[in-house]
Amino acid sequence: MAFVTATWNPLGEAFYRKTEVYEMGWRLSSGLRDCLVAAAPYGGPIALLKEPQRRSPSARPQLEIYSSSGCSMASFVWKSGVVKHLGWTVSDDLLCIQEDGTVLIYDLFGNFKRHFSMGNEVVQNQVLEAKVFHSPYGTGIAIITGAFRFTLATNIDDLKLRRLPEVPGLQGPPTCWAVLTQDRQSKVLLASGLDLFILDNTACSAVTPPGLSPQVCSIVQMCVSFSYKYLALFTDSGHVWMGSANLKEKLSEVETKVKTPPKQMVWCRRPKSHQPSVVMMWERHLLVAGECKETIQYKQMTCQVLIDRLVYRKLYPLAIEICRYLKTPEYQGVSRVLKHWACCKVQQKEESDEAIARAVSVKLAEAAGISYSEIASKAYECGRTELAIKLLEFEPRSGEQVPLLLKMKRSQLALSKAIESGDTDLVYTVVTYLKNEMNRGDFFMTLRNQPVALSLYRQFCKHQEQDTIKDLFNQDDDHQELGSFYVKASYKEKRLEARLSLLQSAVDEYNKAKNEFAAKATDEEMRLLRFQRRLEEEKGEQLLGLSLQDTLRVLLSVGLNKPAEQLYKDFRVPDKRYWWLKITALADKEDWDELEKFAKSKKSPIGYLPFVEVCVKKHNKSEAKKYISRVTPEQKVKAHLAVGDLEGAAEAAIERRSEAEISMVLSRCLSTTDRGLVDRLNRARSTTAKK
Amino acid sequence: MAAHLCYGRVNLNILREAARKDLREFLDKCAGSKAIVWDEYLTGPFGLIAQYSLLKEHEVEKMFTLKAGRLPPADVKNIIFFVRPRLELMDIIAENVMSEDKMQSPREFNILFVPRRSMLCEQRLKEQGVLGSFTNIDEYILDLIPYDGDLLSMECESAFRECYLENDQTSLYHTAKGLMTIQALYGTIPQIFGKGECARHVANMMLRMKREFAGSQTQILPVFDTLLLLDRNVDLLTPLATQLTYEGLIDEIYGITNGYVKLPPEKFAQKKQGEGGKDLPTEPKKLQLNSAEELYAEIRDKNFNAVGAALSKKAKIISAAFEERHNAKTVGEIKQFVSQLPHMQAARSSLANHTSIAELIKDITTSETFFDNLTVEQEFMTGVDTDKVNTYIEDCIAQKDPLIKILRLVCMQSVCNNGLKQKVLDYYKREILQTYGYEYILTLNNLEKTGLLKPQTTTRNNYPTIRKTLKLWMEDANEQNPNDISYVYSGYAPLSVRLTQVLARPGWRSIEEVLKMLPGPHFEERQPLPTGLHKKRQQGENRTTLVFFLGGVTYAEIAALRFLSQMEEGGTEYIIATTKLINGTSWIKSLMDKPEVNI
Repeated sequence: MAFVTATWNPLGEAFYRKTEVYEMGWRLSSGLRDCLVAAAPYGGPIALLKEPQRRSPSARPQLEIYSSSGCSMASFVWKSGVVKHLGWTVSDDLLCIQEDGTVLIYDLFGNFKRHFSMGNEVVQNQVLEAKVFHSPYGTGIAIITGAFRFTLATNIDDLKLRRLPEVPGLQGPPTCWAVLTQDRQSKVLLASGLDLFILDNTACSAVTPPGLSPQVCSIVQMCVSFSYKYLALFTDSGHVWMGSANLKEKLSEVETKVKTPPKQMVWCRRPKSHQPSVVMMWERHLLVAGECKETIQYKQMTCQVLIDRLVYRKLYPLAIEICRYLKTPEYQGVSRVLKHWACCKVQQKEESDEAIARAVSVKLAEAAGISYSEIASKAYECGRTELAIKLLEFEPRSGEQVPLLLKMKRSQLALSKAIESGDTDLVYTVVTYLKNEMNRGDFFMTLRNQPVALSLYRQFCKHQEQDTIKDLFNQDDDHQELGSFYVKASYKEKRLEARLSLLQSAVDEYNKAKNEFAAKATDEEMRLLRFQRRLEEEKGEQLLGLSLQDTLRVLLSVGLNKPAEQLYKDFRVPDKRYWWLKITALADKEDWDELEKFAKSKKSPIGYLPFVEVCVKKHNKSEAKKYISRVTPEQKVKAHLAVGDLEGAAEAAIERRSEAEISMVLSRCLSTTDRGLVDRLNRARSTTAKK
Repeated sequence: MAAHLCYGRVNLNILREAARKDLREFLDKCAGSKAIVWDEYLTGPFGLIAQYSLLKEHEVEKMFTLKAGRLPPADVKNIIFFVRPRLELMDIIAENVMSEDKMQSPREFNILFVPRRSMLCEQRLKEQGVLGSFTNIDEYILDLIPYDGDLLSMECESAFRECYLENDQTSLYHTAKGLMTIQALYGTIPQIFGKGECARHVANMMLRMKREFAGSQTQILPVFDTLLLLDRNVDLLTPLATQLTYEGLIDEIYGITNGYVKLPPEKFAQKKQGEGGKDLPTEPKKLQLNSAEELYAEIRDKNFNAVGAALSKKAKIISAAFEERHNAKTVGEIKQFVSQLPHMQAARSSLANHTSIAELIKDITTSETFFDNLTVEQEFMTGVDTDKVNTYIEDCIAQKDPLIKILRLVCMQSVCNNGLKQKVLDYYKREILQTYGYEYILTLNNLEKTGLLKPQTTTRNNYPTIRKTLKLWMEDANEQNPNDISYVYSGYAPLSVRLTQVLARPGWRSIEEVLKMLPGPHFEERQPLPTGLHKKRQQGENRTTLVFFLGGVTYAEIAALRFLSQMEEGGTEYIIATTKLINGTSWIKSLMDKPEVNI
């Protein structure tokens, strides 16, 4: 049994052993000394940059990419600036952060993808130190500059640079620092001697770890757990403080009796154990604080990540087999792999557009939820516009085709596709694009052939560009709409003359549209306005803007009967309405004599019930009663009721033998006071009902 | 809190919960304290999804209304704009952002577009130079909002105007998207029927979207058997008529907005001892109206003439329940009585409220004006003298009654006569312009464009044929114990609901002739279901149909559909969806164009 334990070494109360899982395939002549090294998590690729400080053109540094087992995947001479830091993104892209803040991105085969800058401040003050970190929002970069200021980007795929606030009193570089993700925000934790600060977007706050040993003068090393939950601090006194990353809770503190800072310090955690631990490494020394025996949690690497890894390495058939085996839903699994395959396929320069389009469509035909526009985008990026258009034809979501078609300047096609999708916002977008791209004539012509786009554009113009809408109507010879356009415009005009001239334009357009009614009505409106102005000037009555009816009402109420008569004739106001106006005006003035005179002037076209009603409205029942005798039999009951004469109403109703009218009177009677009347009505009703 | 959404045939709370989850997720994306700046139009619809308490739980500390100028001070980390994707709102947001004091502690800006992001709007923000100032730009897909246990609304006021007047089909796109959400939550709807141009367009978009989403299909057993899409312009008549159900009248008289009604306060004054009714409340009484309230659920869909009896019956039951306390002898009985007290007290206050509302309504329905107006409406609907100028309308114009009332009547006459004789039409138009002002020529143009008002083109008036075939007028409508949907308008059976009824039985094939007379195509589509998702119907199990009114629906139509759902031998239960709850007044108002007079 002896040989079983032979390889185990004691580590405190526990034991550990080193076993070699596989041999590294690389041959490194001078080891990793003088190298920048970055290894992706979960056994991902490893990048090495040898002697990064070298600048002379004759001897430039070499960048090498290896698989985790040390197989070379890429190797090339570094010709750009001085690299300060290397790191891997969550999607296996290599980030090379240069001294001047430029970040260059390579895929794992060493192909250059793109670059971006970390901002002017970094260019000026240069990168002192950089860190690449991962959060639920993607891969981020944090930089401290020579001016000891931090710049941070949480997600390099959606770059938003944040310059963090200044740390008060910080004169030199911090002794150590780390990036945390808390409250869905990336923050920097830094130590300067014994002082600890947390920097977020808006503030720098000093923090104190609870229960830190009193002998400590400086915090020299720190590390945060993978989940950002825990923090470990190594102090100059040789203590390791472990606690929650929000610094609210202390888990434990260990005295290591080593005072030099460790070369590396990492958190690890045993599955199912609730006790996290920290591993520290010095040159010849390994120390575990807390309870821990295994170092890596494979469980965090999901199948999704595994498939991604295979895809990035272009091992498509294997990825598909695994998806099928794991029964991953198609659009997350096989379809995704195929999309990556197609994106890679379209970059193969030696094959013809036709061949590629055919190959892609055959292979992807059965796959669900494929985004052909993404593949087409890739083709376009590689300069293969024709191929991109061919691929777009396979895209079932017409909306998805639009942005790329616009990018490729196939705007007419983009417009039809946008309309097809039914998404009006998309149509608007294409229309605005066309408007800027084309000359006005062509633009209008294009719209003319697309009625949906045209009416949407009209809506847009109605709110945003009044003048354009006029041009649109003009082009279409839409005289009806032009007429209405001028009418609308006339109301915005303050000066009467300008208003009249706009109305005249409206009349002309309505005439051209053969809308006789509208032309006449607008003409009438102009006549009314002129009349009102004249009367305002002559009599000082405020009339402008009133309707014809209201103008008449004002004139009659102030006794300007002559101009009222004239308006009545000129505008051919129907007798009925004029009579209503007249009697209402007279009643309003309580000019009862004049009302009576008017009633007798000729036969009323509206009958005499209105006379009763206008009097009652003014609470003059005795005047009202004067007209009851002249009310037609059909309206007599109503008239009696209006003046509150139940007796009379009852009589009229009974005389007319109308069940409805009898009921109407009954509904107004009170059973207490009108006892006799109620009985009479009830009797009458029952006899009428019998007939 | 939203229990009334669960009780129906289809649990609409699932939809509400999905909407709430999305809202929480967005709020959590903006870390730290927040202030919401509201596009005022959205506050009503949002109230149906989430109360302030939910927002508060997610650190919303302040709320403002979106307006030009500088944002009010608020010590928060995030400012979130909740807005519809409209250009004019983007300009206001840009102004807000630009006038933000840079010296103060910087606040992060976020936009939540409802119901959808818009490239056009983002482009506008970019032109204004503020697009980069936003940390999060997101969309909150709120198409169909659960309004009641059997009712969904998009709360989109201008849908009819946009579709039929402006040829802007944005709301139809949202409708199609909303129906896709419904299908994602409740399964594919195997049968789609429709009538009208907009219905056709929505169905086409749905079928297209279905193809686009191929592969990400949900494996849910279908809850709905049928979807019926109806264009509002297939039935222009119904909304013009005065609704005569309890809920319909509340809406006609006081207007129900986002499920709330504001009532004159006098009738609701709390009579406390010693105060002698000195100070009457001046604030309108605001009440929420939905089926969560037992009594309201009972009476909302009754003809108003049957409400009085129902209320007094309820009063007797409640007082009898309170009398029970005298019979409670043992401790156990008393305990039981006390446990029921809160429920009884709620019932009593509900009864008091509805008695007051019914009194308010009765004052109006018994007035002569109401009676005369209704008489004319019923004459038109039965086809009496629809071809000549109506004296009542003339008199109303002469007395300058509210214009909308006039327009409702004139439009109704036009619809019931399949257009008015040119002479009659011109006469009405001239009367209106002379009385109310020439600016209304724009409104009249709009009404003509939508077909609500039109000159007679053919000599043949086909309305009588439609009326007879579909039995739109029932002489002996029973208001107290209805046996037909015509009770909701005391005689008139809403055309839209008749179409729905006939579709269920005996099918539209029986009314081909009439369908051809109504505007737009009618169609049927089938959406294949994956094997294993075919419903095995139990004997006697009802079918479930989702009826979608494109361009609005009235409360009376909803009442009629609920009546059909409850019919013993109906065999179909209805869930109702719409772009907006409307009545004749709100509908006509949405079509009016009154320029601001600058003189």
